[in-house]
Amino acid sequence: MNRRTLLGSAAALVAASALPAFAQDEKLKVGFIYVGPVGDGGWTYQHDLARQAVEKEYGDRVQTTFIESVPEGADAERAITQLALSGHKLIFTTSFGFMDATINVAKKFPDVKFEHATGYKTAENVATYDARFYEGRAVMGTIAGRMTKSNKIGYIGSFPIPEVVQGINSSYIHAKKVNPDVEMKVVWAYSWFDPAKEADAAAALIAEGVDVILQHTDSTAPLAKAQEAGAIGFGQASDMAAFKPTPRVSSIIDNWAPYYVKRVGEVLDGSWTSHSVWLGIGDGEVEIGEITEAVPAEVKEEALALKDRIASGEYHPFTGPLKKQDGSDWLAEGQTASDQDLSSMNFYVEGITAPMPK
Amino acid sequence: MMIDPLSVFILLLGAATPILFAGLGELVVERAGVLNLGVEGMMIGGALAGFAVAHASGSTALGFLAAAIAGAALSMIFAVLTQFLLSNQVATGLALTLFGLGLTAMFGKPYEGMKAPAMMPGPLGLNWMIWLGIALVPLVWWFLARAQPGLILRAVGENHDAAHGLGYPVRRVRILAIGFGGALAGMGGAYISIATVLQWTEGMTAGAGWIALAIVVFAQWNPWGVLAGAWLFGGVTVLQLRLQAAGVAVPVQLLSMAPYLATIIVLVLISARQKFGRSGGAAAPGSLGRPFHALR
Repeated sequence: MNRRTLLGSAAALVAASALPAFAQDEKLKVGFIYVGPVGDGGWTYQHDLARQAVEKEYGDRVQTTFIESVPEGADAERAITQLALSGHKLIFTTSFGFMDATINVAKKFPDVKFEHATGYKTAENVATYDARFYEGRAVMGTIAGRMTKSNKIGYIGSFPIPEVVQGINSSYIHAKKVNPDVEMKVVWAYSWFDPAKEADAAAALIAEGVDVILQHTDSTAPLAKAQEAGAIGFGQASDMAAFKPTPRVSSIIDNWAPYYVKRVGEVLDGSWTSHSVWLGIGDGEVEIGEITEAVPAEVKEEALALKDRIASGEYHPFTGPLKKQDGSDWLAEGQTASDQDLSSMNFYVEGITAPMPK
Repeated sequence: MMIDPLSVFILLLGAATPILFAGLGELVVERAGVLNLGVEGMMIGGALAGFAVAHASGSTALGFLAAAIAGAALSMIFAVLTQFLLSNQVATGLALTLFGLGLTAMFGKPYEGMKAPAMMPGPLGLNWMIWLGIALVPLVWWFLARAQPGLILRAVGENHDAAHGLGYPVRRVRILAIGFGGALAGMGGAYISIATVLQWTEGMTAGAGWIALAIVVFAQWNPWGVLAGAWLFGGVTVLQLRLQAAGVAVPVQLLSMAPYLATIIVLVLISARQKFGRSGGAAAPGSLGRPFHALR
């Protein structure tokens, strides 16, 4: 899909050169780099909703451009450079794999501001922002543990990066809490968006006896597959409401709009500074989608109670005692994981038997 | 950890079907001397058209028919540009892929989130499209190796000037082949949307068309080789997912790379054989990718 990216960038360039160079109080141009297509119905779709919210909020004062389906890797640097060259003063790069590309481009364009999603490298003109998806995973895990009949739950991972590993651990810990017999199967798709492969991954899990599927990839394919097999799953990144009331019994929704609106506003009034934020359920950045009637009322209540305790800060999903997969100690009784620990998480917790990819 | 080989094989057949269809279609196109790199574009076109019709009519059979028509229609753009206007086949094929992806992204919006009707089950619990794909392999082989029109098609692909000299309608043969390739690519794409993913998602073929192109080279332009290639590519995907689900530590990157590595090894072996003066084995058709312009 590099070709489409190329067209997109070319269009952005043409649009930029067509603007009169002498315009003084020109609009703030805000660029977005997406890892998938806007129509993925998940991750990228949610980022694009936030982009539209920015346009709605500031109207004529901003102009937004997006380039979709940008592969993570060398091509990303080119796409980001194109946006920077064509006069965009604020650029959101919305996937973990754009991290190094963002930092590299930012060095060359010190007067352009960058916002990188889910990464850990910042600079004078590069801020990072992330959502505590693992908080939502704790709620999903609770439902999964209660709903499974085979006591096998499955997780479709994208890439073995800390964000996804946190999700797997959080889901497992909370499923195990309500169902000590639960077993977790993990399949890595090595893609954020590949509907056919995601469907095959779901099929592989179902063939292993899994009846509740959690996904950390961006398309709705695993839900469709779950439905075919009579299993259940959860909306990922977006509500995926088309699959209500079952197989989609609840969802984790990423709501980026408030953050994007705030940061664009800060560039407009000149108060933007680099930072690194990590917002969760309590901040409204991670939302739990409607829990449908396919879930018994008491399970729903239990899940919502957990959500409220996380939102208020009363409970941290990673609270000790917890051990690592190899049996070594990680968190002592009552101790909670630090953000630093979480942002470099590369191990499973005790009880998960799947091997951690190297 | 034991995994049941039969269930892996069944998943493999499903994963191989889209690339088997597209690969067989492209094989016929290339044997006629035309290189159409627009497979991905025609597949995604078929994926959308097939899904839309299957959703509206409730019939997957009608869906696949519509996908074949849509794929063939898209391929006719390529046919007109390369056969009448003599445009560069590589560039035109790439453009067709871009065009297909963009066009379906635009027209596919209303279909997002809708669900496909259920596939008709066929013998042994496998759906009819899997059987049709496998049945097409001997048919295409027989057509190319034994039937007279197939011989003409190969003659056109090997040396279009000679075929023209013998009075064969080079252009017409090629247009028919391109249309056939488009129809099969369309059906392969529709298999992804109707049978595998069960819904329409923008960009859902995710590179299957490029794999189909690789398979044709891997197969050395032989239909049975396309079947082997489709099973190899499909099998590796399914097997590594199953192994992971069973909790086995698998070197995913190595496995994912294996089919491409096999393609390169096949190419090296073929060229080594040619270098040492041994003929045999069907290599690339002689006129592959070259534009044909009748002087008289």
